[in-house]
Amino acid sequence: MSDIADRVKKIVVEHLSVEEEKVADNASFIDDLGADSLDTVELVMAFEEEFGIEIPDDAAETIQTFGDAVKFITEAS
Amino acid sequence: MSNGLMAGKRGLIMGLANDKSIAWGIAKACADAGAELAFSYQGEALKKRVGPLAEQLGSDIVLPCDVSEGESIDALFSALGEKWDNLDFIVHAIGFSDKSELRGRYVDTSKDNFTMTMDISVYSFTAVMQRAEKMMKNGGSAVTLTYYGAERIMPHYNVMGVAKAALEASVRYLAEDLGKDNIRVNAISAGPIKTLAASGIGDFRYIMKWNEYNSPLRRNVTIQDVGKSALYLLSDLGSGVTGETHHVDAGYHVVGMKAVDAPDMSKT
Repeated sequence: MSDIADRVKKIVVEHLSVEEEKVADNASFIDDLGADSLDTVELVMAFEEEFGIEIPDDAAETIQTFGDAVKFITEAS
Repeated sequence: MSNGLMAGKRGLIMGLANDKSIAWGIAKACADAGAELAFSYQGEALKKRVGPLAEQLGSDIVLPCDVSEGESIDALFSALGEKWDNLDFIVHAIGFSDKSELRGRYVDTSKDNFTMTMDISVYSFTAVMQRAEKMMKNGGSAVTLTYYGAERIMPHYNVMGVAKAALEASVRYLAEDLGKDNIRVNAISAGPIKTLAASGIGDFRYIMKWNEYNSPLRRNVTIQDVGKSALYLLSDLGSGVTGETHHVDAGYHVVGMKAVDAPDMSKT
């Protein structure tokens, strides 16, 4: 697993208090990991801070799963 | 580091969302100085965030309040009145607008969103002070939060700038009405800080960079900076201050043009 994926996973595990095993590529933050709408905004803010990138609103809306997040951040950084 | 500045004082914090919130910076500064705190939240999503934060500051008074409903504000104060017989200070850190109108042109603001923004972001403070007045038997102090977009055009701030201008005006009128009972009312105009609320504002990162490069202190402010200034206004250190909009913005509001040493920047 890439360094970016590890760092994203760490943020997701800590923020949503979920087990690491549950954070699969296709795991949806809302449907599978119990995130609410504020969590999704907070996660995006945490990703921006961790990776020093900007995730615009329209892009943030497309980040639904752990895999989506890793893909976007990999391309942006 | 309890310096006792707020020892024996009881305050209500409204509008805490998470540990990035300006309300958190203020709550923590007050608690560290010995204040006893209560918190209000709107909705379940915020309840689960506010609860643990309140606990961190030794508070178990966490009450629901939807400031758009007068009955809900009444219920908040009657519940608070059952816990405390007196209130010394209030922090109002509440504002809301449809984020689709916090980008693009102000002139396109809809009537519905204009009215809602004014209701939640402006009238709520007046409505809260109406109730708080009765509990502030020994005088008191209230602080609300505003932004420079009330005074000057800031990109995308739009209807929220108009609302903050009205909020600052209401601070002056509230100061007059409540001053006779030694209740002080002030606003803090904080520089841009990356909070949950700010995530709704377009190009926010650009705005923060601009402030960092061009403010006299050449940095952005933190929730700790705002917390310390709020402590001054909420404690007896600010006993002679009311009706004021106090800028905690690294001095940005006195700047006339781009700093000579500021790098050229464009939106990326």
